[in-house]
Amino acid sequence: MEGAPLSWYLILSAILFALGVAGFLFRRNIITVFMCIELMLNAVNLSFIAFSHKLNQVDGHIYAFFVMVVAAAEAAVGLAIILTVFKNRASLAIDDVSSMKY
Amino acid sequence: MDVPLFLIFAAIAVACGVNVVVQRHPITSAISLIGVMGSLAALYLLLGGEFIAAVQVVVYAGAIMVLFVFVIMLLNAGAEGRSGRSWPVRLLGIPFLVLLLGLLSFVVQAYAPKTDRVVFGAFTSGGPRDIGKLLFTEYLLPFELTSVLILIAIAGAVVLARKEID
Repeated sequence: MEGAPLSWYLILSAILFALGVAGFLFRRNIITVFMCIELMLNAVNLSFIAFSHKLNQVDGHIYAFFVMVVAAAEAAVGLAIILTVFKNRASLAIDDVSSMKY
Repeated sequence: MDVPLFLIFAAIAVACGVNVVVQRHPITSAISLIGVMGSLAALYLLLGGEFIAAVQVVVYAGAIMVLFVFVIMLLNAGAEGRSGRSWPVRLLGIPFLVLLLGLLSFVVQAYAPKTDRVVFGAFTSGGPRDIGKLLFTEYLLPFELTSVLILIAIAGAVVLARKEID
C-alpha cells in the first residue's frame, strides 16, 4: 500500500511553523504570543518524527521528547512571568511592556 | 488508507492552526491549539511513534494546555484591542509569509527524494521499550540534565509567581 510522501509531512510542518511565526508577529496578547511559540515547537517536533521514520532511527523521537520536556518547563516559567507582568501593569497587551525597547 | 488519514488530520491541524492565529480571544486560540496537538498526535501514530503520540496527548494537550487555560481564566483575559500598526506592515506581512512558505515548500519538494513514502507499519521501534532503552543508555546525561532543568523551572516559577511579603 502506498503512503503519503515524506515531503507532505515536511510541508505540513513548514505551514504550521509559518502560522506560528505569523501569530508571534501579529498578535498583541502576551498569552496568544506564547501559544504561538508552542505551535512552532509542535511543528518542529513533526519534522523530527518524520525524519525519524525516514531514517528508521529512534533518535528523532528522543529529541522530540526533550523538546516537549523543555516546552513544559518553559510554559511553567513563562506563565509565571506573565502573572508577574499582569500583577505589575494590569495589562496583557505586549505594547504596554516596552520599557526595554529603547 | 494512509493518504486519506494524513489529509484529514493535516487539514484539521492547518484549520486549527489558522484559528489560533486569527482569533482575537485567547481562550479560543487555546482550544484551537488543543485541536492542532490532537491531530499531530494522530499523525505521530501514522509515523509509528506510539510513545510520542501518547506523550503529546498527556503532556502537551493535557498538562501544558491546562496551565494555559488556567492562566487565561485566572487573569480574566478578554479579547485583545486593535494594534496601532502602520498599514504597510499589515498589508505586506501576509504576502511575505506566503512567499516564504512557497519558497520553503518548493525547496522541500525539489530536494526530498520522490520515492520516500511514509507507510504505516514500516517503522516499528517507536514504542516505550525502544525509547526507554535509548534514553537510559545513550542519552542518559541529557536525561539527567533535564531533571535539573525541571527543578530550576519549578523553583523559578514559584519565586516569580509568589506573593510579595512586605
